[in-house]
Amino acid sequence: MNNPILLIIQREFLSRVRKKTFLLVTILGPLVFAALLIVPGILASMPEDDKNIIVLDEATLIIPEEGRGEYHLEYMDPRENDLGTAKKFFSESAYDALLYIPSGENWDPDFIKNNILLFGKEDPSINMVQFLDGILEDRLNKQKLLRNGVDPEVVAQSATQVSIQSYTVGEEGEEEQQSATGLKMGLGYIAGFFIYFFIFFYSVMVMRGVIEEKSSRIVEVIISSVRPFQLMMGKILGIGSVGVVQFIIWVVLSGGIYLAATTLLFPEALAEQAAAGPGNAEAASIQGFEVFDQLRSINFPLIIGGFIFYFFAGYFLYSAMFAALGSAIDQEADSQQFMLPVTVPMIIAILTAANVIQDPNGSYAFWMSVIPFTAPISMMIRLPFGIPIWQVFVSGAILIGTFFAMVALAGKIYRVGILMYGKKITWKELYKWLRH
Amino acid sequence: MIKAINITKRYSQKLALDAINLSIPKGSVYGLLGPNGAGKTSFIRIMNQITAPDEGQVSFGDKALQPSDIARIGYLPEERGLYKKMKVGEQVLYLARLKGLSTTEAKLRAKKWFERLEMADFWEKKVEDLSKGMAQKVQFVTTVLHEPELLIFDEPFTGFDPINTNLIKREILRLSKEGATVIFSTHRMESVEEICDHIGLINNGQVMVEGPLLDIRKRYQNGTYSFVVKEAIEHWGQGTVMQESKHHTGHSYEVKFKDYPRTMIGELAAKGTLVAFEEVLPSVQDIFIEIVENGAKLVPHE
Repeated sequence: MNNPILLIIQREFLSRVRKKTFLLVTILGPLVFAALLIVPGILASMPEDDKNIIVLDEATLIIPEEGRGEYHLEYMDPRENDLGTAKKFFSESAYDALLYIPSGENWDPDFIKNNILLFGKEDPSINMVQFLDGILEDRLNKQKLLRNGVDPEVVAQSATQVSIQSYTVGEEGEEEQQSATGLKMGLGYIAGFFIYFFIFFYSVMVMRGVIEEKSSRIVEVIISSVRPFQLMMGKILGIGSVGVVQFIIWVVLSGGIYLAATTLLFPEALAEQAAAGPGNAEAASIQGFEVFDQLRSINFPLIIGGFIFYFFAGYFLYSAMFAALGSAIDQEADSQQFMLPVTVPMIIAILTAANVIQDPNGSYAFWMSVIPFTAPISMMIRLPFGIPIWQVFVSGAILIGTFFAMVALAGKIYRVGILMYGKKITWKELYKWLRH
Repeated sequence: MIKAINITKRYSQKLALDAINLSIPKGSVYGLLGPNGAGKTSFIRIMNQITAPDEGQVSFGDKALQPSDIARIGYLPEERGLYKKMKVGEQVLYLARLKGLSTTEAKLRAKKWFERLEMADFWEKKVEDLSKGMAQKVQFVTTVLHEPELLIFDEPFTGFDPINTNLIKREILRLSKEGATVIFSTHRMESVEEICDHIGLINNGQVMVEGPLLDIRKRYQNGTYSFVVKEAIEHWGQGTVMQESKHHTGHSYEVKFKDYPRTMIGELAAKGTLVAFEEVLPSVQDIFIEIVENGAKLVPHE
């Protein structure tokens, strides 16, 4: 006797994996993801175009500063020009911006700081404004200090930068690790976003599959051979395994592409690291060492294990709801109005990710990772920060319990829904089906 | 083969089946008749264990219906279709394996059926590339491939083109001859007399009449007789003429009498004008209309 659930899983899996779109998404996915990681780096390291700024410095505040990097400053003679002629000259010239620094009545720094003007042919970039702000503030600060009889050199020498080295102390008190808040934040965000994306993507796939069976009218043929619940579970498990395979391919491909790209694009950094060697640790770049230390402080097995668990549990929970929804509607176009209320918890979890990250062990974070509908996302955001293990178990147990309850409820709606055609459904109607 | 005992099925407000009793004899071609919404599909879904009855039970063979019995039933639902993106061959094998066949066995039988119905070149095609008629043939094959003892067809001829309709009629009769029991649900009466030997008529969730087709037609005989005579007859005594027609060999009449028209026959025979005489049995269509419109209910046939 063939096991019908296995047959259904097999069909759901193969029919999707053999599609051209699967191949496309599977290959393009990591490319896009790698691009998201690499392209900003490349863009940031690319020099901007040169910008020529003409300056009318009536206060002779920043003369003879010539600019830095791509910003070049040139001056108009303030004795021969005023703002009017400067603007006229600027509009006919090839300069990118005009900076106007008035002198005011008594060369009052507080007047000057509020009356500096910048004109551009297009909106001046934030970088340009920041660059000019830096120069102007520096000069005005110095002028103010001088006016008050303070030597700016003394001030410069006494300026101190503090760098705190933070550690976390294990429960036994001995174990110290360098904490890596920045890295953990990044990991939390990425893990939370990924799990959101995965749950959503594959749950919607389940809904589409259910609608497809319903609209092609094959569903009654199938459920004369298997129980509706078996069909639903087979579909959920089959598509879930597509997700797992796709995820594994993505991880492997992304890693490969990232490695290849970094070796090709930033070879000198790697060469440096290699030259340092293990025996030559002292010479290794301090930065690289820090990252290594920070990575060691993160519990990767917990995060990877957590990701797999929360993906499955979250996916089962949501895909059961989406399967029930799919069974209730005849066409995919009708799905929108019902999808939103179902996905609201996940959307809230992703939108308030920052609140969780700010205080990963606070009560908001705690409740969000206990409530089963938000737990997969919020817990993944928290996991890199290290949380009490009992919370993971509590959240996991509640999630599994809810998932079983939801599958049972969804099964009831599904059973009725798949045989119902041409009926405009409402939430009230769905509730009635539950009690059938 | 199938016995339904006091089956009741309720949907939220509507009583779809009201304690019905039906008995489908082994080897019969059973017409499950009734207007739209009578409860036919509800009963069929109960036999297929798609839904469970609220009350009553169904026996299959001589035991209560078991979940494993689905492998012994072939069901062609009224709402039917196939996976559009799946290849025909794969799809046929998949559905057969769901019914419990092994892949090799399913392949063997499917190839035979595809040869018989001249559709061997469908195998590698996707369903969406088939014409409607071709897809209907595939659908039929998937229904019968596992050689079920009981075949259930729900409105099999709606949506089928005339060529496939004939083909399926022929195949249904062949399968019946080979020993399968066939249930054939429809609200269209034309094909019933051709195919069915038993009928059950359901209206508003109740069985109005059930039994061998011929018996039922005899029971509904209302004293109408057909006469073929050489020359026109003006007076029919106690009888009322229902229909008359003239043709080159003589005249035909359908006349309704209160009793058996012994005297009339005697007179006509004596005159030497009577060519043929026959009792007219009402068509299933007539019985159906009479029952549905007049709500006439007969005592269940023994």
